[in-house]
Amino acid sequence: MKTSMVELQHITKSYDGQMILDDLNLDIFENSFVTLLGPSGCGKTTTLRIIGGFEAPDKGKVLIEGRDITSVPAYKRPLNTVFQKYALFTHMNIEENIAFGLKIKNKSRQYIKDKIAYALKLVNLEGYEKRMPDSLSGGQQQRIAIARAIVNEPKVLLLDEPLGALDLKLRQDMQYELIRMKKELGITFVYVTHDQEEALTMSDHIVVMNQGYIQQQGSPETIYNEPENAFVADFIGDSNIMGATFIQDELVEIFGKRFACVDKGFGVNKPVDVVIRPEDVDLLPEGEGTLDGVVTHLIFKGVHYEMEVQAGGFEWLVHSTDLFPVGSKVSIHVDPFDIQIMNKPASEDEEALGVHE
Amino acid sequence: MNKSAFHKKLLAGPYLVWMIGFTVIPLLLIAWYGFTARDGSFTLENVTAIRTPEHLKALGLSLALSLTCTGVCLLLAYPLAMILKGSGLGKKGFIVFIFILPMWMNFLLRTYAWLNLLDDGGILFQICKRLGLPTVSLVGTNTAIVLGMVYNYLPFMVLPLYNVLVKIDENVINAARDLGANSFQVFYKVILPLSFPGIVSGITMVFVPSLTTFAISDLLGARKILLIGNIIEQEFSTANNWHLGSGLSLVLMVFILISMAALSHYDKNGEGTSF
Repeated sequence: MKTSMVELQHITKSYDGQMILDDLNLDIFENSFVTLLGPSGCGKTTTLRIIGGFEAPDKGKVLIEGRDITSVPAYKRPLNTVFQKYALFTHMNIEENIAFGLKIKNKSRQYIKDKIAYALKLVNLEGYEKRMPDSLSGGQQQRIAIARAIVNEPKVLLLDEPLGALDLKLRQDMQYELIRMKKELGITFVYVTHDQEEALTMSDHIVVMNQGYIQQQGSPETIYNEPENAFVADFIGDSNIMGATFIQDELVEIFGKRFACVDKGFGVNKPVDVVIRPEDVDLLPEGEGTLDGVVTHLIFKGVHYEMEVQAGGFEWLVHSTDLFPVGSKVSIHVDPFDIQIMNKPASEDEEALGVHE
Repeated sequence: MNKSAFHKKLLAGPYLVWMIGFTVIPLLLIAWYGFTARDGSFTLENVTAIRTPEHLKALGLSLALSLTCTGVCLLLAYPLAMILKGSGLGKKGFIVFIFILPMWMNFLLRTYAWLNLLDDGGILFQICKRLGLPTVSLVGTNTAIVLGMVYNYLPFMVLPLYNVLVKIDENVINAARDLGANSFQVFYKVILPLSFPGIVSGITMVFVPSLTTFAISDLLGARKILLIGNIIEQEFSTANNWHLGSGLSLVLMVFILISMAALSHYDKNGEGTSF
């Protein structure tokens, strides 16, 4: 049975008359790794800052373990934050940085010493006690920021794009480090990022946000394989999104050709959006698939070839390990379970709201 | 040396001439005057003259008044700089502008204005009289001199403080709050130590001119109070003894150098200092 750690109820927030969050409701379960994912300006950082207590919501409640903490100041909340640009205290050495929260809580000297040793071991920076923050690399500084937060034994650790300032390789290493730390600590992580790959790699649960609304939430697999609307499909990974007609249950017409699918309940002869991931598009010799086309671009990506196929008046993005040179006539085949049907948004507003079931 | 590097160095030429002509040579002249008697023979008398009771008293008073002035400026400027940072008004530059505005007026003129405010029968005098309070004339007192110093040098304390305070990352303050520090703890554990370079810089920029001033003490001290600056000035002007004046100047310079060295010890990064 999952229990709620953090609950946001009807949170509304606006700055200078501009709506940032509108009636946001979110349940974050105990011991989960939850990622708030979305483009900049979607409200994800504001959501995190409201949980942390750095912003007050205009309306709504923040609950931790069922207790209303909306009016509790940041310094009294049982959670800690790792900030985007580390925010270390540059006038203190590493040891003093990590001890900051513990000293304020008047912990004993021995307790603090043990905690520092434990935290530095956890972030793989043993022996850095006397160094100054400025003498550390970005990745090391971020580890110290994490160590400084977790020694306080927070129930929830909030991470605001902590890897945003690091280079790609380091970022990937840190992703694995964070997963490991999360397992060792056994606490709830709430992570904010605009990087969909980061979100897919680390999270148990992803909350996709846009324009102040939650577009979809679920496991990384659900978000990737079953996007509920075009925004989510487009934001998470590469995809082919096109308009189509839902003929009847388990049958959809794309560019005049009928494809078998597994979705039901979208009505009869209804316009819908269809998402097909590039790796799910199978290319067959001309005439053997459902929709014929011509390869127009070809790039070698290492793991696979990336091709563009002109078919039905649409540029299909295709990832395949089979090579079809530019100009080859091919035929597109898609397995029924690889076709994801989504309701068409009736208006821009509805698109922002997402499609709730 | 290749040609372009040489050309680049040539650009420093005018400044080098300036520095030699207006800093190095005058300093050497002061040193020469300071260590010679009127007949041109070497002597330490001009320097050791600081030990006479009259000079020691003036130096002591100068130190006391300039330290008071620096302390008052710091106490006034820090909260102000915090307010400027917090309100965001400083960003628009308007408030800072208001504070700098008086500096556009002549320094002596401003000090004369204070004379009018504090003098017997001046504005303060009149206000006290109207309100039935005991009338006071502050001119000729140490208080008047400190008031004049604080008024003139306060902007030099506000600006460096404001500059370091606005540079403190808001997230560093948030991090301290996040780690359990209340407003008071955030201030003395994080904001205060991080603003240290600004404090050091402000102290230097207020302490040095107030230690050496003679115009303010001349006007607001009504020529009754002699600071070390006044004594040096008199040696050069009325007493026409450049040798003694230079000797005392050298002693004062040593005092300033010692205080600079002490301060720079606290400002390891050299972020705030202008020296």
